[in-house]
Amino acid sequence: MSNRAELTRRDILKSGAAVATITLASGVTLMAFGGSDANATGADAGKRWGLLIDANKCAADCSDCVTACKTENGWGSHGEHASPETDVAWIRKVTLKDKQTGRTVSAPIMCQHCETPPCVDVCPTGASMKRADGIVLVDKHACIGCRYCMMACPFKARSFVHEDVTDQSVNAPRGKGTVESCTLCVHRIDKGRIPACVESCEAAGHSAILFGDLKDPDSAISKALLNYPSIALRADLGLNPGVRYQNL
Amino acid sequence: MRLVLALIITIFGLTGLAQAQNALAPNVPTATGAPHAEGNEYWRKNHMDLMRHDRDLTLREGERDIQASLGQCFDCHAVEEAGEPVTYENEKHFCRACHDYAAVNVDCFMCHRSTPSDNVLNRAMATPDEPNSIAAYLARLAAEADQ
Ligand code: HEC
Ligand code: HEC
Ligand code: HEC
Repeated sequence: MSNRAELTRRDILKSGAAVATITLASGVTLMAFGGSDANATGADAGKRWGLLIDANKCAADCSDCVTACKTENGWGSHGEHASPETDVAWIRKVTLKDKQTGRTVSAPIMCQHCETPPCVDVCPTGASMKRADGIVLVDKHACIGCRYCMMACPFKARSFVHEDVTDQSVNAPRGKGTVESCTLCVHRIDKGRIPACVESCEAAGHSAILFGDLKDPDSAISKALLNYPSIALRADLGLNPGVRYQNL
Repeated sequence: MRLVLALIITIFGLTGLAQAQNALAPNVPTATGAPHAEGNEYWRKNHMDLMRHDRDLTLREGERDIQASLGQCFDCHAVEEAGEPVTYENEKHFCRACHDYAAVNVDCFMCHRSTPSDNVLNRAMATPDEPNSIAAYLARLAAEADQ
């Protein structure tokens, strides 16, 4: 997975030597590139971030998580060719109705951050990728916009950007011609913050989205999964998603 | 003696020539903030490789404290026109000063914003006293479980 990164890292270590020479010659403080690995933060393979969504706590008329995601990541303002079929949606509210009983239930659906993501399998460039901590992402620098991943995703979680984007958020660079989806707010997680949807759901008083480390048996999410029934969407596919649902 | 004089003249002549070339070279907008420790020359030559390397660190490995963050260049390299920082659309933009001259075309700003952003919340590591930090969130969950 990290071949590309490894390669470039080696390149830079070479040029790092050049940095040292130059700075020594001009008498400026020595500063080496690529040498910060000892105290590196970043994706931790000892963790797997996940969500547990309780549909009973999710209010049908609330879409604060969707709004928060739009604000955080800067998607959702559509151009002149907007249409519901092609609009970008990192997260959407879905309402299900049981025809027999009439019970309706509502829940947000986003990238399910599978352990074995089909989107990664089919990507011809390696752009579709899974981080060490289980977060599934598109490396847009390598994305050619072929949309195979969109076909492969059983959850319809990925969107293609059809129109030019301006004034992007620094949180989430995005532009025409590439595929994107929920990043579980990596930019926040890497800085020790909870995803925007989780924060907004708690603020709305619902706390329907539980966030935590699936690899930690003592985490609230692991305990809830252990003690109460939950489902994986399309469990028949055996993808072991990091997003789980209760009371759906 | 004559030889030395000739040498001196040649040297001055050469520097004169170099200055003449500099006058033709692109006019790089001045930056604010601390200059790069490695020097301008190094950055002029290597900025693309530094950014390419560091973007993989961020995207693939989740390392965000990088030295060549495209999200941060414009902290110091913003060019203003009429009091507003110009976008990459404008030929005065920092990233176009040399590129237009050298016929380089980059696509970075299809996705990345090309102006400074005051959204700097996610640059620093969250502290446990911030309500949206993972630490504070987990503490809230634990308190709830205790009840
Ligand atoms: C903390 C402030 C700061 C940041 C952030 C910063 N720079 Fe600079 N940079 C400077 C300063 C100061 C200079 C010296 C400019 C001058 O002499 O006017 C400079 C010089 C340069 C030069 C050489 C310009 C020349 O005159 O030849 C390049 C190229 C450059 N920076 C690229 C970048 C890129 C690309 C980024 C983002 C990855 C970046 N810088 C981020 C402050 C910064
Ligand atoms: C001091 C002049 C200068 C400035 C300022 C400058 N560049 Fe460059 N850049 C160059 C030159 C010259 C090249 C071409 C190098 C080559 O072709 O070998 C280049 C090439 C690049 C490339 C590689 C392009 C390719 O097709 O391989 C990228 C990416 C890049 N620059 C990004 C930036 C960004 C982003 C900024 C603004 C933050 C910036 N540059 C500002 C001089 C500059
Ligand atoms: C198709 C969209 C797209 C294009 C085009 C693009 N990027 Fe990115 N870039 C991203 C995304 C998405 C991220 C991840 C941001 C995050 O996770 O915070 C990113 C992250 C980065 C980062 C690390 C984050 C930071 O602090 O800046 C660097 C450096 C970077 N890109 C450089 C470049 C350069 C240089 C170019 C042009 C040669 C470029 N990118 C073109 C989408 C793009």
